[in-house]
Amino acid sequence: MAAGAATSTGPKAYLARRYRLSASHRLHSEAYSAEENRAVYGKCNNPHGHGHNYAVEVTVGGPVNAETGMVCDLGELDEFARTHLLERFDGMNLNTLDEFRELVPTTENFTRVVHRMFQGFRGARVVRVWIEETGNNSFEIGDEFGRG
Amino acid sequence: MILLTRKAEFSSAHYYWNEAWSEAENLRVFGRCANKNGHGHNYTLEVTVAGEVDAVSGFVVDLKELKEILEREVVSVYDHRHLNLEVAEFAAGTGMIPTTENIAIAIWRRLEGKIPHAKLHRVRVYEMADLFADYYGER
Repeated sequence: MAAGAATSTGPKAYLARRYRLSASHRLHSEAYSAEENRAVYGKCNNPHGHGHNYAVEVTVGGPVNAETGMVCDLGELDEFARTHLLERFDGMNLNTLDEFRELVPTTENFTRVVHRMFQGFRGARVVRVWIEETGNNSFEIGDEFGRG
Repeated sequence: MILLTRKAEFSSAHYYWNEAWSEAENLRVFGRCANKNGHGHNYTLEVTVAGEVDAVSGFVVDLKELKEILEREVVSVYDHRHLNLEVAEFAAGTGMIPTTENIAIAIWRRLEGKIPHAKLHRVRVYEMADLFADYYGER
């Protein structure tokens, strides 16, 4: 039988994969005046933008398939990430993308966009997306796992 | 309640092979991981336990004791071994392929009930810096 064809009721585990991408952004809201933008966003409001090396950690959760020993086919997850995440966002100016036409590209909003996008992955349930903007700042959205 | 995590490392060889499948099917599904001569990784294990802080010692668990338990139960069994050929839970006939997920589950089973004064909370196994599996004992 082909991998993934069996409905597995094995133990439930989580698999996390980390991707890296670099992008630029500028934090600026049309709702604020120029002065307010500078006050709220500080250096991040620099008109020419700035960039980060983002780390994006995607966690899938579900029963371990008894035939493959896997929660999901890693190749499928990598392929989904390549086409939907890396090819779309890596090396880009986030402000120029459709997703951020009316949304300030803070990493909070970037995390929401990426989390929503990964809900379209059919290979397993994406339970968490964590994005590190710099070594000092990271953001995550996901299930609580009920474990405190 | 407080969570405490101890890290350990082991280096092991493995390959992925489902004995119920043909060679072609194994190669199709597992690709390079199905190379029967094996390949290896430097695994990092993070074991997280949950417990109350002892009023006298200030510890949840004695870290030295936890280190010794990880060494005895996991590292001494897995380190510099071929998981498929030398570790009982992944031997031919068990149906347990030594994927990162299954290694986390196997380590949970090795440690469950062996850590005094604390409850096993999570086993995290890094196969590489950008790939890891978590197991919380969910069956």
